[in-house]
Amino acid sequence: MYIQNVSKTYRQKEVVQEVNLKLSEHKLTAFIGPNGAGKSTLLSMMSRLLEKDCGDIYISGNEITTFKSKELAKKLAILKQSNQIDLVLTVRELVSFGRFPYSQGRLTEEDHRLIEEALHYLGLDNLADRQINELSGGQLQRVYIAMILAQDTDYILLDEPLNNLDMSYAAQLMKVLRRLVDEKGKTVVIVLHDINFASSYADEIVAMKAGQVVYHDITEQVIQKPVLDELYEMNIQVCELAGKRFCLYFNE
Amino acid sequence: MKQKMKSRVFLLGTLFFVAVAIMLIYLTYHTYGNWEFALALRGKKILGFIIVGVAISFSTITFQTVTHSHFLTPNILGIDALYLLIQTILFYSFGQVMYQLYPYKLLVFAVNVLIMVIMSTSLISFLLKKGGHNLFLLLMIGMILGSFLTSLSTFFQVLMDPNEFDKLQGALFASFSKVEVDLLAVSGLLLILGVSYLFRMSAHLDVLHLGQDHGINLGINVPVFQKKLLIVVSVLVAISTALVGPVTFLGFIVSNVTYSFMKEYQHKYLFIGSSLISLILLVGGQFMVEHVFHWNTTISVMIEFVGGIYFIWKTYQKGSQ
Repeated sequence: MYIQNVSKTYRQKEVVQEVNLKLSEHKLTAFIGPNGAGKSTLLSMMSRLLEKDCGDIYISGNEITTFKSKELAKKLAILKQSNQIDLVLTVRELVSFGRFPYSQGRLTEEDHRLIEEALHYLGLDNLADRQINELSGGQLQRVYIAMILAQDTDYILLDEPLNNLDMSYAAQLMKVLRRLVDEKGKTVVIVLHDINFASSYADEIVAMKAGQVVYHDITEQVIQKPVLDELYEMNIQVCELAGKRFCLYFNE
Repeated sequence: MKQKMKSRVFLLGTLFFVAVAIMLIYLTYHTYGNWEFALALRGKKILGFIIVGVAISFSTITFQTVTHSHFLTPNILGIDALYLLIQTILFYSFGQVMYQLYPYKLLVFAVNVLIMVIMSTSLISFLLKKGGHNLFLLLMIGMILGSFLTSLSTFFQVLMDPNEFDKLQGALFASFSKVEVDLLAVSGLLLILGVSYLFRMSAHLDVLHLGQDHGINLGINVPVFQKKLLIVVSVLVAISTALVGPVTFLGFIVSNVTYSFMKEYQHKYLFIGSSLISLILLVGGQFMVEHVFHWNTTISVMIEFVGGIYFIWKTYQKGSQ
């Protein structure tokens, strides 16, 4: 996935400024950076939720605007922070929507198989027939991920999926994403606020600040004190624990 | 899954039988032995009920899915108010001549529908383009435009000759007794076109329920789709309004009764269910008007009365949640 000279301006403020980026395939890439750095905006443009002002974004060699809506939906999936929807719908039915780009609402045997597989992958087997308005925020988030998974796309983009999740669910979700990359060869791009999650689970990190990409490297290169201090403009301690790097940023 | 399908079939089947039963009762009750006359007269009304009921059901449910609100109805686009203004201006400027236009009723009707559709379509296209696809801006402007058109109509009505005003009133009140047979064919055809489009798109509409972002993610070109839907909705509302006049609360009652009765998200079934429910309500209501209230009230008054109470109750319920 290539991003070439992409910019976006909101009311004369350049939120994303001429970003050039090449994301590695079959890797888990995390976007980090302070609020207002343009991470979510960039992700929205990558997934055509938001029109870009200029520049090109290529996936599998083609610019995203040249794809038909339906074809792109089979290649790339996006999940943004979602609010509760007020619908009478079971978990399985919501996950079934993931098959819409393929079946237009008429589910085939293959669709059903992939839906069950997605439910199982997210550990939702025994919730499958529950109504979605009975679920907790964390459970609903997992259902949405299952829907994205049922969509069976090569690229999965997630915008702060750990919001509203407690530590156990957040870690679980990151493990699921890790498995998607390792077992199924998906390309996962994720916007994260907690750099420790990025440090533990991501292959590569893209650090953004003020609408620009300041670093793009493998995780070990980015999770370093000088880099993070400059990025967040605060004093961050990076320590190593059980072979993984942790950032401590509470003690100023 | 299978169980759900069974209960769906059962629900829709029950609704269907109730609707058919009510229609049969309406057609055959108290005919004073004058079968042919009663059937011709009432059959015509039933056709009108079917067209209006189906048009209102499909348009309201679609509109509510597009706007993600169970409280809005397509009236907010100002189509009713436009109808009011067209009628008022016609009566104001032509007055007596209107009766000479009577043989050209079909033409007047066609022009009526056409003006409404063109106006609302251009409004929708223009605003969605200008407002950066901001749906709520469109609704707000529709509402303001609606009040503006209504005020304009009132202005003309004040200037009018009282006799003509009286006739205008007759023409404006929703009335199923004056349904014209030759108009039924044209509106029926338009109805079938609009309804079959919406029905074909029902799976797409289900996805739209999930919101704009999910819609785009699942491969729907949401802005274009929204525009198409709103245009079809305005055609359906125009048909129903031109045929029987504004029926403000009918769509609201029917859609909300359908949601709470069917507990369903699939538009296929919602459409069928709500069409049947609106038929039951309309024919049942007309039956009450004719045989219980002995024409002392009209169905539009009943709809407004019942609908108003239902709306207040719904709002109260929502508020206390």
